[in-house]
Amino acid sequence: MASHSILGVFAKSPLKALEEHINTVHSAASLLKPFFEAVCKENWTEATELRYQISQLEKKADVIKRDVRMNLPRGLFLPVERTDILELITQQDKIANKAKDLAGRYLGRELTIPPQIQESFMAFVERNIDATAQAKKAINEFDELLETGFKGREVELVERMITELDAIEDDTDEMQISIRLQLKEIEDQLNPIDVMVTYRMIEWIGELADLAERVGSRLELMLAR
Amino acid sequence: MDIISTYGVMLIATAAIVGFFMAWGIGANDVANAMGTSVGSKALTIKQAIVIAMIFEFAGAYLAGGEVTSTIRKGIIDSAPFIPNPEYLVLGMISALFAAAIWLAVASYLGWPVSTTHSIVGAIVGFAAFGVGMDAVNWAKVGGIVGSWIVTPLLSGIIAYLIFISAQKLIFDTEEPLKNAKKYVPFYMFLAGFVMSLVTIKKGLKHVLKDGDFAISGAEAYGYAILAGILVALVGKYFISKIKIDPTADKEMHFNNVEKIFAVLMVVTACCMAFAHGSNDVANAIGPLAAVVSIVSNDGQILPKASLAWWILPLGAFGIVAGLALFGHRVIKTIGNGITHLTPSRGFAAELAAASTVIIASGTGLPISTTQTLVGAVLGVGMARGIAALNLGVVRNIVVSWVITLPIGAALSIMCFLVLKAVFGVV
Repeated sequence: MASHSILGVFAKSPLKALEEHINTVHSAASLLKPFFEAVCKENWTEATELRYQISQLEKKADVIKRDVRMNLPRGLFLPVERTDILELITQQDKIANKAKDLAGRYLGRELTIPPQIQESFMAFVERNIDATAQAKKAINEFDELLETGFKGREVELVERMITELDAIEDDTDEMQISIRLQLKEIEDQLNPIDVMVTYRMIEWIGELADLAERVGSRLELMLAR
Repeated sequence: MDIISTYGVMLIATAAIVGFFMAWGIGANDVANAMGTSVGSKALTIKQAIVIAMIFEFAGAYLAGGEVTSTIRKGIIDSAPFIPNPEYLVLGMISALFAAAIWLAVASYLGWPVSTTHSIVGAIVGFAAFGVGMDAVNWAKVGGIVGSWIVTPLLSGIIAYLIFISAQKLIFDTEEPLKNAKKYVPFYMFLAGFVMSLVTIKKGLKHVLKDGDFAISGAEAYGYAILAGILVALVGKYFISKIKIDPTADKEMHFNNVEKIFAVLMVVTACCMAFAHGSNDVANAIGPLAAVVSIVSNDGQILPKASLAWWILPLGAFGIVAGLALFGHRVIKTIGNGITHLTPSRGFAAELAAASTVIIASGTGLPISTTQTLVGAVLGVGMARGIAALNLGVVRNIVVSWVITLPIGAALSIMCFLVLKAVFGVV
């Protein structure tokens, strides 16, 4: 029956799915805050529970990602490039993967965070989550972008959001440098392998903001056409 | 001759029943196309859509359906070759009705998006070319009709594009979209009311009131249409002022409240669409019936100037409404859930463009396809980057179904024609 009408012409919106995906991804990333708080307190039961939640969200994001890919055949007529949508969802998905890997690595080694750097460590984590939140905010403008036919004031608004996202990412870079210096000061008092892994983990956390920024620039490219 | 005088009443009754059935099928199935966008964009509930469709399909069919009916009745066929044996024309028209109704039923069952207009035109051409000869078909007119099937989707696409862009410029891409929406939306309502009443006055009413005491000059027609348009706009403005604006729903550039205003506009364009559909598609059911009635009641004479019997338009109109009332609910329900991301502002642009195109085409007497026109309009909005995703595969299917309907309609009509000839013993 559905095909016996013009309404078959309207395909499922991939833009809605992009929004749903980034919302899921951001939920996964923002769980890192309570997760690292638990790690700071060395409360491994709670951390296990939180890692499980993150991995569930990552799985959910994967399902949405696959759904978008499957529902984006070449025969669709879209207001934006099909390849841009596919690129964007791939970038978005990497944020959730990174969050899951981080939680997994910390839990797997029961890696602790040295008390001396805990405060700046948490601030660093939060700033990176700010970046994913900003990416989420920008992606959620798709509804409004569609309303305005992807041009005019709404595009400028989204571009301002992306500029802000870039600023947040710059912040995280600064914080990353300072937190590494703090770790360097105390590194001889710690287990060398733990220190090495912690350096690595700091990089990974910083990648959350990098990935969020890349989502922003994909979006910018999409709008530039 | 004998057949017409012997079986006259029976022939009219058969044609009337099949014609009513056809109108019923149009009401039951096609209404999804006419009302679907309104329901899909959540501007109307299913119940509201049915009520609007019933009123305006009837009004469109009754008030503005006459012109297209004339074309179906006598425009496609060159009646001269039929004068020696008018029974061919009578049986042929009944065959065409049977053929189109059968094809419509089969296609609906299989879920194919066929056009009633295409089936009836194919069927009429089929029996005329086969039954009498190639010269019985007014090929120039048929060429014009087929040409209109290409031109009208294109035209409505362009109109939809322009309407959508204008709404962007005037409302969405401005400092205060909400204020501008309140200001400009009544103008679109005026446009809908104006087009609807202009065609009714200029082209439709003469088929309803044909006693001669009805004469409106061109200038007067425009005057009345403008008045009607203003009236529609004022009523619309009143309803817009009643909308509860929820300030928390608008953050920086969020258009929830603007869309609420467009939802009111959508009610107007939905009326317009139902009116347009009724005015154009009723002819598919009653055009052949009108031809049969005219020949039988004139004892076999084929009169080019014969007017429409008074009961034919209402019969078609009631048929459509009956179809709507019985099955419309179910049909609209199946499609209502399907659409995501179609907001009233998009739906309005597509509907207003399609409705205007159909109404204008109805005025010229060309039987066009409502579905094709609406598809054209939707693609027009898509071109303006207004719709999240359009399924071009489905568009292709619709176009294919449109092309194959012509030969199938013709073949079915020829078969019915042979059967009827055998039944009535015509050589």
